Parts: sequence; structure tokens; C-alpha cells
Amino acid sequence: MSAPTKGSGMTWVGRSIRRVEDPALLRGRGRFTADFKAAHRVRFVRSPVAAGRIEKIVIPDGATVITASDLNGVKPIAPALHKFGYVQVEQPILANGVVRFVGEPVAAVVAASEAQAEDVADLVAVEIAETAAIADARTAFALGARPVHAAAPRNIAVEAKVETPGFAAAQQGAARQVAVEIRSRRQNAAPLEGRAGLAAYDAVSGRVTLTCATQMPHLMRTAIADLLGMPESDLRVVAPDVGGGFGQKMSLVAEYVVLVWLARKLQSSVAWTEDRRENLIAAFHGRDQYLRLQGSFDGVGKLVALSAEVTANVGAYSCYPTTCAVEPLMAMAEFPGPYDVRAYSCIARGVLTNTCPMAPYRGVSRPSITLALERLMDIAAAEFSLEPLEIRRRNLIEKFPYTSATGLKFDEGSYRQTLDMAVGALDVPAFRRRQREARGQGRYLGLGLATFSERTGYGTPAFAARGMGVTPGWETVELSMDPSGFVELRIGASPHGQGLRTTLAQIVADEIGVPPERIKVVHGDTDRTPYGWGTFASRSLVIGGGASLLAARKVRAKLQRIAGRLLEAAADDIVIEDGVARIAGTDRALAIEELARASYHQAHLFKGDIDPGISETATYDPAGTFSNACHAAIVEVDCETGRVGIERFIVAEDAGRLVNPMIVDGQIVGGVAQGIGNALLEEIIYDETGNILTATLADFLTPTSREMPPVEILHMETSSPETVTGSKGLGEGGAIGAPAAVLNAINDALSPFGVSINEIPATPQRIRAALRSVGERRP
Amino acid sequence: MSDRTDITLSINGHDHAISVEPRRTLVDAIREDCGQTGTHIGCEHGVCGACTVLVDGAPVRSCLMFAVQAQGKIIRTVESLANGEELNTLQRAFMEHHGLQCGFCTPGFLMLVTGVLERDPNISDEELVDVLSSNLCRCTGYQNIVKAVRAAAAEMRRR
Repeated sequence: MSAPTKGSGMTWVGRSIRRVEDPALLRGRGRFTADFKAAHRVRFVRSPVAAGRIEKIVIPDGATVITASDLNGVKPIAPALHKFGYVQVEQPILANGVVRFVGEPVAAVVAASEAQAEDVADLVAVEIAETAAIADARTAFALGARPVHAAAPRNIAVEAKVETPGFAAAQQGAARQVAVEIRSRRQNAAPLEGRAGLAAYDAVSGRVTLTCATQMPHLMRTAIADLLGMPESDLRVVAPDVGGGFGQKMSLVAEYVVLVWLARKLQSSVAWTEDRRENLIAAFHGRDQYLRLQGSFDGVGKLVALSAEVTANVGAYSCYPTTCAVEPLMAMAEFPGPYDVRAYSCIARGVLTNTCPMAPYRGVSRPSITLALERLMDIAAAEFSLEPLEIRRRNLIEKFPYTSATGLKFDEGSYRQTLDMAVGALDVPAFRRRQREARGQGRYLGLGLATFSERTGYGTPAFAARGMGVTPGWETVELSMDPSGFVELRIGASPHGQGLRTTLAQIVADEIGVPPERIKVVHGDTDRTPYGWGTFASRSLVIGGGASLLAARKVRAKLQRIAGRLLEAAADDIVIEDGVARIAGTDRALAIEELARASYHQAHLFKGDIDPGISETATYDPAGTFSNACHAAIVEVDCETGRVGIERFIVAEDAGRLVNPMIVDGQIVGGVAQGIGNALLEEIIYDETGNILTATLADFLTPTSREMPPVEILHMETSSPETVTGSKGLGEGGAIGAPAAVLNAINDALSPFGVSINEIPATPQRIRAALRSVGERRP
Repeated sequence: MSDRTDITLSINGHDHAISVEPRRTLVDAIREDCGQTGTHIGCEHGVCGACTVLVDGAPVRSCLMFAVQAQGKIIRTVESLANGEELNTLQRAFMEHHGLQCGFCTPGFLMLVTGVLERDPNISDEELVDVLSSNLCRCTGYQNIVKAVRAAAAEMRRR
């Protein structure tokens, strides 16, 4: 495929150039962790029960099997958080005397092949005295519930409260109270590639290289070195091609610690590739929240006070580095979303249970809080006899910068405009006519809206507010031009499908006057890249992109100085574009390659003035920025079967300046698909004994091409004054808005029955149960 | 389970003489014994389709077939699609329409579609959506995969 081109005077940013990542992946030349060979394969023996004491582990003769007793001196995973009554619980790398969820690793079998390791694992007998398990969060913090950890007697891992001054008066003085209870059930991010790791010991250097499917290579290095008590410099972490993450691959994986320990012990290479059952039962889960909202409105539908109670099931342990507080604290900080309300009260707790640990999953609490807020708005709209559109218009923030009740600063956005765009694309009056006609024929159509803000690209100030022991946020890049004029950008972010090798090259290309194909972005190797925080939380394009822009400006300034000296002009008069440095307004120019060559090989020309070589470093740590969007769905509910079909789905979104609109749209549609899965299909189910019932992709249903409507996307580009590029993050928004839009549409469709469905996924069973509960009576 | 059988697998026109246990799945043989790692394993339950290859022209979940069953059959994998360094029509369409993000499911989709379009070049747009629902993708939301496949099918029909 020929190299992309641009016209003179145009920018690379803003153009949908095709991805440099694609050709290798399309040819089967991608390199994922499982594609690399190791001398030994590892299979983990996992707890078959949710709670109990390990009484005995019987290891077959001659087998290589390690258990907790072999890991003397290896520290447990116990991330810290210094606020909100957080209780630090410990996760041993292999279960040590106690098991706390089905799937918890108990022993590691080492064998020459995966098949042999599985054979041996089947023969390892783990005798466990089972105790009663708790799978549900509300049960877990009821009085008298058995503690999952002795350190947390009421199973409350974290409990945070906030209340604005004068809240009670504002609430009590309101004209109308509207309440809603929401249940967002448990999901698995289910990347198509599960977790996988390969640790290889190098006898010459004594170092270990861990190749693994991670979103955070540097954090894996730090965490594993800390737990094993080894010098961090003796560990290299490589994230090769990674088959999706969505948050599931950003937390420390206990199994990876075992792999590095084994590689050092055996002085060899060991690999583990989790199978789908392991992924579904023991890789991190997401969502699983109860939310209660009470909205207090004045006489015309303006929200004047909001109170929230959030109960998040965090599973059996606390994930590193975010801790299990990430979900409840995100909910507390992000309510009341995009709505202007000054009086706010919230209690948010994380509750320990005998279930798979939770970790961030695309959206982190915001899909659930958006679901709750948007249901509240629709229920209130009905009470005020307003169109859902109108009640939102009366409540959305519109003056910027806006400081929220929780102190968050909203930069320039387009909340009302994106709402109007989405609604305009739908033609609501025409839809209402069609809806009435359809009802006459026994068909139930519904329209659902979801407006929301998506806080993105936040740096250390935002994370520091949570009081985490590890405070992520900044990104550093190194940008160098070699003597031949080729450019290398080394980043701490760690993309796994987001196309950053393409988009960051676009940002740099505009600054330094060379086309993107001459700029190679290097990521996912701690030996080759500056320390960084990886790719998560819609941050990489904003923060990694911002750092790239700052580094590129430094390189540009140096090129101007070099050109100025060689062309005998002032550096300020040098224009860098289209591969050359030119004295402005003249045809006197030098190719960028000539400047690069001179800076290395003719350094004597610049002695005492300009240092040899071209290599710059830049760090960026923004306060954060808010994207915004409105999702709108039209659905049809089959009342006989409970099936929901989505007829149209519209996204009107504003993520500031778009670097590559094609990639942006890809992120949006992919996020919407996961949000639709959240709304209609995806549910990890535990029975009351803590046994997990959804262990294959035939049980845990993700959307297929059949369930996906065409997604229509409309853009606004309100440049952010808070970021150097003007861009805002958008990786999570699709998943944030879709559940609320779909559930509101379902409720709109079923409004003649007087049911209110406030639980997702809204499966056919739940919809049928709701209809049965009202005797299926229509007005 | 250590009794091994000598078989020859014909993959992308090359014969691989290998010795496998009867329980060895075709995908493990392709990846581990024949070194063709472009075919991926997503679930091993026959649900996700990441391991789809062509066996005698038909799309097959290679995690649900034993290697010994593929003896004497013509196997094609994603590595067969490009012509030297040049991507084929379908691969180009995936790139042009941004039909992949992380790329893990992509080889399975490419082989599924290759088999389907060889069998039924005039397949309707609607039927294509049904066929594509055989495989799972977690990144793209399918919209661009559908676009890419329709575009590639149209281009192939024009030739």
C-alpha cells in the first residue's frame, strides 16, 4: 500500500490516514505473547470452591508443582490507599491456607508442554474444608455476615462520603422528589486474547524478561520486582502485540509473579497462556453495582439536590495499582455527571465478597452512574410530563469552565449541542407518531437518550485526590532523529489496538516536517522506553500525545537553530514543513535530513552553541479534560419473547480536536458494542454458594454482528484549553452512554405497561418477568 | 496419552511432517508443531472463531478438530492470503475500512470470509452479517468489518 500523502500547507492531524499497525496483523505476522516459545509450560491449579481452608495439597510423584509454601519471602499483593477508611487486604501470590473465590490460583504445575502440565494439574489433589461463601455485596455487608478477610470485619474495603454544605435544606426544600434504584450486573471485559505471560531467564546478565499481555509494562516491572525483592533493573517487561485489554490487563496479575519467580528458580523460560475458562472465572471482572439515587427537583424540573448511594462488589481482593476503591471513588467523584446541581450527597462503598476480584473495566463506574442519572432524568421527565429531551436541556451545564459540586473543573464542552444534534438526527415528533401507530399494531418501539461527560486524560492531580499509594498520571516520551533523518518516538504508554503508532506519528509529523512513515513509535518494552503508566482511562492520546507534541516542539526548535546557522538566518525566520527547513518567504532551504546529518557529523560547526545530535525528552501531566456525548437509541421490544432489537443508534460526541477521525469512530463503535453487551447480554453469574455459572463464551454472551445496529456518529470538535493538543480522550465513552440509552429506550417502549426496568442486562428473562409482574396489562 | 502418530499436514502449500498425540487439536498443531502462529486461539470451545482456518476450502474451527483428522486435507491459514509483500483484496479492505483494532480476531475473520466468498461470491449483504456473526470481535463493534467485507466482495465480483 502506498504511503499516505498530504497537500502542502495541510496538517497530518485531523486526517484519517490508514494505520501502520495493520499490515503485519493482517498477514498473521502479529506477535502475541502465546506466539513465543518457552522451555516449560505452566498450568495453575485453581480453587474449585468460593471459600474454605486448604487442608492438604497432594502432589503426584515426580511432578514439579509449587505452592504458597515454596514462595517464602514473596510479598502478597496489597496496594495502598490512604483515605476513605480503606482497609488494606492481602492477596497471596498463591492461596496460602485460605481460598476466597472460585478460580483463585492454589498451585503452579511446571511441565514440558501445556498438555503435560494439564495432565499433572488434574492429578494435584487440593483438599479444602469449605466454608459458607458470600457472593452478593448487600449480603456481604449486612450485620453478622462472615468476613472474607479478618482485616475487614464488615467486609467494607472502602467507604467514602461527601455532602455539600446546606444539602439537607436544599433537598427538603425541593418541590418534587424522584428516586430510582439501579442494578448493574457483573461483566468480564473478555478481550479475545486472554492473559498470557512468558518469563525467560538470561544466564549471561542474570536478568529476566517477562513478555506478557499487559496495558502497563512499567507498573508490572515495578510491582513484580517489589514483591520478589529483586532489583527492578534485573527485570524487563515486554508487551508485544496485545489482543485487547479494556482495563482487564492493567492490573498486576499474580500468575505473572509466579512466572518470574519460576524463571529465576529454574534459570530457564516458563510460559502460561490462560484458557477462556480461566479468563472468565479468574481474570478481573467489572461493574456489579447497586445504586440508589434521589433527585430533588424544583417546580419546573430543575434538579436542585442529588443524593446517591453506591454499593460496589469488589470481589475477594484489591487490585494493584488502582486498588478496589477505584469503582466507588469514581462514582462518588463523577456524580452528578453533566448536570448542574450544587447540593450533592453521596456514600460510596466497596464491599468484599467471595468472587473474582474487580478491576477497572472500560468506563469505570461511569456506565453505572450514567445509567442511574439517565434513568432518574427519564422518570422525572415523566412526572413533569416533559419530553426526556426537555428535562435534560433544563439541567445540562452550559457555562464553562464549570466547577462541579465535587470540585471537578469542566473545560469547554458542548453538552446541550450534542444533545440537540442527536435529537435532531432522530426527528422526535415523527418518531412519536410512528411509536403511537406501532402500539396500535401491538408493536412496542422506544426512544432512549443518554447524555454524559467522560473525564479523560487526567494526570497526577486527579489521581492524587484518591490518596493512592501509587499515583499515576504523567507521561514521558523520548524523540530522536538519527543522522539519516529517520525519527523514533519512544513512549511509556502501551497501546493494544488504539492505533497510537499511527496517531502519535501524525502529531509529531506536523511539528518536525517529516511524513509519518518516517516516524517510528516504539512502545511496550521497558528496556526501550521511558518509564510511563501505560494505556488506560482514555489517557494515551491526550497525555502521551501531549508529551509527544512538546518533545516535537523541542526538536523543531533545534532544527530551526541548526538551519539558521547553516543558512545564516535567525532561527525564528526558519519555517519547518514538508521535509525542508526554509527561510520564510525565500526559496533558500535545506532538507531535514541534511540538518540531521550535520547535527551529528558536522557538530564542530555549532560548537559551544548547539549540542550534537537530535534527541529530546518531554513530560506532560495535565489536570484533565472532559469529553461529552449524547447517545440516542431506538429499540423495538418483542413483548412475547422479551427480545430487544436496536433499530438505530446515534452518537453525537465531542472529544475536542480529532487526530485521526477513522480511529476515533472505531473507538466509539467498539465502545458502543460493549455498552450494548452491558445493556442486553453480558452477565457473569454466581450462584448463592459463590460458584460461577458463566465459564464459556456460550454462557457469557458478547454481541455479534447480528446484535449490533449501525452506529451513526456525529462530531463536534470543541478544542480543550486544558490540553496542549486541544484533544480530549474518548476510548471509554461508547461504553459509558450506550447502556443508559438502551435501557431508557426499553422503558419508553414499555411505558404503556407501567413497568420500570432498572437492572442490566435487560435480558429477555428480565423483560418477561417485568411484564408478567404487571399481568401484561396494557392501558 | 503419549502415543504419537506421524502425520503430514499440508498448510499453505507446504507439507509439515509432524508427530502428534491423537488428542492434539489442529490449531495447536498448526501453531506449535508447524510454527504458523498467525492463527490464534480465543476460546477453545468453538465459540469465538479466532482459530478459523480453511480445510479443503471450508471454514473450520481449528480448536474443534484434531490434527490427525486433517491428514491429507488442504489447510489454508492467514499466512496464505498475501501475495508476497502485497496484501490481497480482502486484507486491503480491512485496512481501508479500519476493520481491525488489536488484530487478535482478524485472522479468523479473514479466513471465514475467504471461505465464504469463494463458495458464494454473490452472497447478499444481509447474509454476510449472519455469516460474520459466526466469529467474535471485542474491539470494533463489527461495523467496519461488515463494511470491509462488503467492499471486498464487491471488488472481487467486479473482476
